Amino acid sequence: MNRFADLLDRLAYEPARNNKLRLMTDYFRRTEDPERGYALAALTSALSFQHAKAGMIRALIAERADPVLFELSYDYVGDLSETVALMWPADPNHRPNAIPTLSDVVETLSTLGKAQLPAQLARWLDALDETGRWALLKLVTGGLRVGVSARLAKTAAAALGDKDPNEVEIVWPGLAPPYLDLFAWLEGRADAPANRDPAPFRPAMLAHAVDEPDLAALDPQDFVAEWKWDGTRIQAVSGIGEDGQHVARLYSRTGEDISKSFPELLDVLRIPAAIDGELLILRDGRVQSFNVLQQRLNRKAVTAKLIADFPAHIRAYDLLMLDGQDLRDRPFAERRDKLADFIERLNTPRIDLSALVLFSTWPELIAARADPAQTGAGEDAEAVEGVMLKRRDAAYVPGRPKGLWWKWKRDPMIVDAVLMYAQRGHGKRSSFYSDYTFGVWNAANELVPVGKAYFGFTDEELKQIDRFVRRNTVDRFGPVREVVHDGDTGLVLEVAFEGLQRSSRHKSGLAMRFPRINRLRWDKPPREADRLDTLETMLQRIERGRGGQPAAANASLPKPH
Amino acid sequence: MRPEDILVPTPSGVCCKPGGFHIDPTRPVERALITHGHSDHARAGHGEVLATQETLDIMRLRYGDNFARRTQAIRYGEPLAIDGVTVSFHPAGHVLGSAQIKVEQDGLRIVASGDYKDVADPTCAPFELVPCDVFITEATFGLPVFRHSEPLHEIGKLLKSVALFPERAHLVGAYSLGKAQRVIAMLRQAGYDQTIYLHGAMEKITQYYVSRGIALGPLELVRGAKKPDLAGTITLCPPSANKDLWTRRFPDPLTCFASGWMRVRARARQGGTELPLVISDHADWNGLTKTIAATGASEIWVTHGQEDALVHWATQRGLKARPLAIVGYGDEEEHEAEAQVKTGDGEA
Ligand SMILES: [Zn+2]
Ligand SMILES: [Zn+2]
Repeated sequence: MNRFADLLDRLAYEPARNNKLRLMTDYFRRTEDPERGYALAALTSALSFQHAKAGMIRALIAERADPVLFELSYDYVGDLSETVALMWPADPNHRPNAIPTLSDVVETLSTLGKAQLPAQLARWLDALDETGRWALLKLVTGGLRVGVSARLAKTAAAALGDKDPNEVEIVWPGLAPPYLDLFAWLEGRADAPANRDPAPFRPAMLAHAVDEPDLAALDPQDFVAEWKWDGTRIQAVSGIGEDGQHVARLYSRTGEDISKSFPELLDVLRIPAAIDGELLILRDGRVQSFNVLQQRLNRKAVTAKLIADFPAHIRAYDLLMLDGQDLRDRPFAERRDKLADFIERLNTPRIDLSALVLFSTWPELIAARADPAQTGAGEDAEAVEGVMLKRRDAAYVPGRPKGLWWKWKRDPMIVDAVLMYAQRGHGKRSSFYSDYTFGVWNAANELVPVGKAYFGFTDEELKQIDRFVRRNTVDRFGPVREVVHDGDTGLVLEVAFEGLQRSSRHKSGLAMRFPRINRLRWDKPPREADRLDTLETMLQRIERGRGGQPAAANASLPKPH
Repeated sequence: MRPEDILVPTPSGVCCKPGGFHIDPTRPVERALITHGHSDHARAGHGEVLATQETLDIMRLRYGDNFARRTQAIRYGEPLAIDGVTVSFHPAGHVLGSAQIKVEQDGLRIVASGDYKDVADPTCAPFELVPCDVFITEATFGLPVFRHSEPLHEIGKLLKSVALFPERAHLVGAYSLGKAQRVIAMLRQAGYDQTIYLHGAMEKITQYYVSRGIALGPLELVRGAKKPDLAGTITLCPPSANKDLWTRRFPDPLTCFASGWMRVRARARQGGTELPLVISDHADWNGLTKTIAATGASEIWVTHGQEDALVHWATQRGLKARPLAIVGYGDEEEHEAEAQVKTGDGEA
């Protein structure tokens, strides 16, 4: 447990992706089986056991600590697990037989009855140090948040054997903790584990962004275009298991199993196949806004009412496997033909084929993108966030291969906002103020924060803003500086963003999705920046129909556990 | 005789009426007894200052030759009569030269401990337990959540990180008086024999430690080093320098912070620390409570820190306990950060 706890501790403070990978790979290299396998399972949320409730943890500490000292401590630390981990009165004279390993903890928890949990937990807490107790409590309460995605953990494991993370993804669905066969393969001691899962995830193919000037270099004859729908990318897979049972699963773009959240879609996946598509909510045949989809994604319990109110639909883009035959190395045009036949065979209202955007010259496509309603998208045009360009001869290549798929988004929304607070960045940017909170004017002529951006500026612009922040600081709160922002002095940022949502956490009542700094408006006085009304109007437009919303690449999907 | 007849807490420090002196006064006074050289305890501008030789030397380094009108050095354990009260200085284990001050009159013993710690430190004399009737204690880490790690375990974390990221520079934020030298000395104890780099602000104090016979191994100023040569090295700097333009001279800097505050995650994250090292020159909760009990004192005065919890604890044990609302003592690190801001961006 100690080594795993130390790893979590480091990961929790380490902001950079590459360094997180190094830390994890180093851990996998130095740690033996089955310990490292359970660690990989913990990091990929692949462990399943009854989580301990906060009330139980409180009861444990109440038996052991003065209530006044506990309250003062909790008040200072602000996190229950951490407070208990730090003030747990381990008896220095009590020598436990052994420090529990992560394997002990995981194996015991999987069989332990609920009634025995408190006493077992107390024995473990007695045997561990502060960091060990913190990691244990985070693990058993299901609050293991150290900024590591399942994908990142698998990438770190893959690095152990110089493998591409997609190779791990391919075998992953057939594996179970503590992954002895996976590590044996990664360390060159055995062949790749066979993927016996009848409905495995296949790593997704992604597109590069393209813009109008880039098109000149491409030949329109080589490409087909289709709408880029503003839902969330999924993979729907079905197959027949070794036991003859039919298995159907729905995966997120990153391979998370989200089947439990969409039972109505599993029912219609009767023919063994793997579809790449967009998950949408359709009401009366009309595609609903991303905000509507989000209401379904955010819901934990899937009730009959939820399914009726938010009917899920798959718009199919691609076919990766059919009747047991892998199609990924076939050209897109061929896969697309097979997909069209397949959708017809499937014959369900819940799955349809993504329509092509017909064009023979780039100007035609430019016109279509500018007006999807008149060029085939019809009433659903508001749910189109751009066009996808796919080479007719492109194989389905996992990852983001160059030159095969292009995404060309519609214009993002733009406002002028005023810089209010700046915070130092992380890693390479740790000496610069590179995280910016900006606001717009409300009815009372006060600036209210509407978002935070870290991207979009050049290195030179970063230096300019950094200089501005240092010279115009009016207050400091830890690593955050408040900068001057009144009607006449301050820095106006042109902020581009992809969508708007209502938010009770923000004083302004709304929050931007994916904001980025588009331009620095040194020329513009803050009083001429945009007003909250403008954003409110945009938001209402989104709520009524659509407003150039983005794909939900980063939208949170329900967790399988 | 009551303890208050010997020592009276005032907002600017503890005052001894019969002896006519203050201990660690936070404003200029005629006669001051100083426990140690940290800036929240040792200020310039007093008339006469009585302290250990090391504390006087450190004050001279920080404030210049004229930091007081007159100074007098006192050795540990040497009793000195001042107008009917007897004072003596005893090792506090906090930093080089740090002392607890015992004030005694008619058999009533009061110990003002300043800042102290009861764990090993290769750079200063170990804490001495001084039995007394009234114990005046700090409470910087006076909450049961503060139990510092074994310091060599934390040093191990740092060395492991240096080995794992040989292309990066590790910048260890540490208070420039005491903590920095202790971290260096412990790195040497752990077998690290590479050159350790120093921020300019640490130069004088560190040289002083070396001149007092504390072996710190090969040291160099960062100022003269080339950026690529700093890959894989360890540099000690004031905590505030880690937030500064100064870090741009390092290859992919990894910011560490050696402080007892690093025990609490929110606190470590607030400072943007990437590798927190729980190393403290103050007693932790166990140290505070063990020391209070061991002095045999029946009355406890708490100067600064998390007074509420420590007063509650002492009261529960049947001790008379009260907080002294002294304004101006506090966290050395915060003090130093403020000082840096006032003098510009800490380029030194
Ligand atoms: Zn001190
Ligand atoms: Zn102090």
